[in-house]
Amino acid sequence: MAFDIPHMRRQFPFFAANDSLIYLDSAATAQKPETVLAVMDDFYRKGNANVHRGMYELAERATALYEGAREAVRTFIRARHSDEIIFTKSTTESLNLVAKSWGKAHLRKGDVVVLSILEHHSVIVPWLQLKEETGITIEWIDCDDEGRLIMNDLKKVLAGKNVKLVAVSGQSNVLGVRPLVSEIIKLAHQSGALVCIDATQLIAHHPVDVTELDCDFLAFSGHKLYGPTGIGVLYAKREILKTMPPFLGGGSMIEEVRRDGFTPADPPHRFEAGTPPIAEAAGLTAAIDWLVQFPWKEIEEHEKKLMRAAFETLNGIEGLHILGPKNPDEASACVSFVLKDTHPHDLADILGQEGFCLRAGHHCAEPLHKRFSVPASLRLSVGIYNTEEEIHRLGPALKRAISLLKK
Amino acid sequence: MDLYAENILDHYRSPRGKKLLKKPTIEHEEVNASCGDSLTLHLLIKEDTIERVGWDGTGCAISQAGMSLLTEELPNTSVEKAASLSPTFIRKLLGVPVSERRLKCALLPLLALRNALRTAKKQPLLTWPELLEEDNA
Repeated sequence: MAFDIPHMRRQFPFFAANDSLIYLDSAATAQKPETVLAVMDDFYRKGNANVHRGMYELAERATALYEGAREAVRTFIRARHSDEIIFTKSTTESLNLVAKSWGKAHLRKGDVVVLSILEHHSVIVPWLQLKEETGITIEWIDCDDEGRLIMNDLKKVLAGKNVKLVAVSGQSNVLGVRPLVSEIIKLAHQSGALVCIDATQLIAHHPVDVTELDCDFLAFSGHKLYGPTGIGVLYAKREILKTMPPFLGGGSMIEEVRRDGFTPADPPHRFEAGTPPIAEAAGLTAAIDWLVQFPWKEIEEHEKKLMRAAFETLNGIEGLHILGPKNPDEASACVSFVLKDTHPHDLADILGQEGFCLRAGHHCAEPLHKRFSVPASLRLSVGIYNTEEEIHRLGPALKRAISLLKK
Repeated sequence: MDLYAENILDHYRSPRGKKLLKKPTIEHEEVNASCGDSLTLHLLIKEDTIERVGWDGTGCAISQAGMSLLTEELPNTSVEKAASLSPTFIRKLLGVPVSERRLKCALLPLLALRNALRTAKKQPLLTWPELLEEDNA
């Protein structure tokens, strides 16, 4: 499919309904193409039935739709087996599952979990909770002023022997930097530690091949991939999943329930208690099918142009400071910035009145903002559907907002 | 009317009373953790009446202008009356429409004041949900 942005935008009902908006918040959630909406609507209108064990054709079709999504995700991230794909409600739940099932079962007081300073709260907090519960140790890998993780920090921590897991983002939701995950995985494995990748941001902007990466866990969600909210994915290696106890208890996750106990089902269903997000799974399949019609090379080239336009626009504004990368090619799909004497919330509010959708705050990455000594920042993030022209229009709007707030 | 009305911007650009007192009777800091805004409030109380107000803080135009506006209102107000000031009072004081997303910015000065007075009486601090509930009442 040729890379034609106006043609592509016409496939998104959101843009037709909001033709005066400039949406620069895809890192928070991406817009959805018509095919995603249609398949979900169709399921509820015509095919609604619960999955698994329904002895009628409609239930079988719902099961096929749901299990088909597992296969679509497996192909998309190049996992070896579809039973390595677990559906959750969000990346957050996927990451909690790793800490609360694998972490709780395998880690003891004194074991070390390594986090990078780039991490989102959903990566950080579950391990801090486990620290409170069992006394594991958390070690942090810092970054330099351009957001590059300091690999020597990692090597030093790994030399300490007790490291059981390294949790790292594939692409920062604040700085847009992509840590060297392949290298991190190799180093961690040499020390016998597992690696959990938060691919929430990466997944819509770069091909992910879990087999080639050899990561042990990888999490992402549907709604940042042009799919629906309410569905998340956890990939984990088959042999690791086998060692993990259930996370939530309920229907679907059991093999047998007795008065005195239960036998859990095998993965992946062991980790999918309750009625799963069926319509959302269908929507996720549609989103993947929609995205893969475009070659990754073209997506990445287009988004690189957008980031160059963003840096050019932002660097043209006096008193504006970009957090992290100096080179736009190191910032994938998002860039965060601060302005001297001007609060990000005021700017985002005033820009919002002009139709620009940008996010202000700490973007669920408080340790990273503390690292850069700022309480909050303004973030510009892009999706496949944005244009350079939209980004260039932000420049004058930002200048108007700044002059309004000028002291 | 717009949130960034001239009166709000005037108080934001030239905040009134933005100077800590040398010998406050009460001092209290309040923060809005969701955006990092902070206000430190100093009150000089004489005979159960607020005599002078001083403050310092960082944050957005709404929280800072709101604190400035409140500072002008407080001198010669009884402690009892100040402790009963409501979110509705702040909304009127700001005189601009405050949307849900900016409500905590607008109410930070009030939370600072109410909790400063509670601290002095060794009462438990008012929480955000409690204050927001008052706004809905």
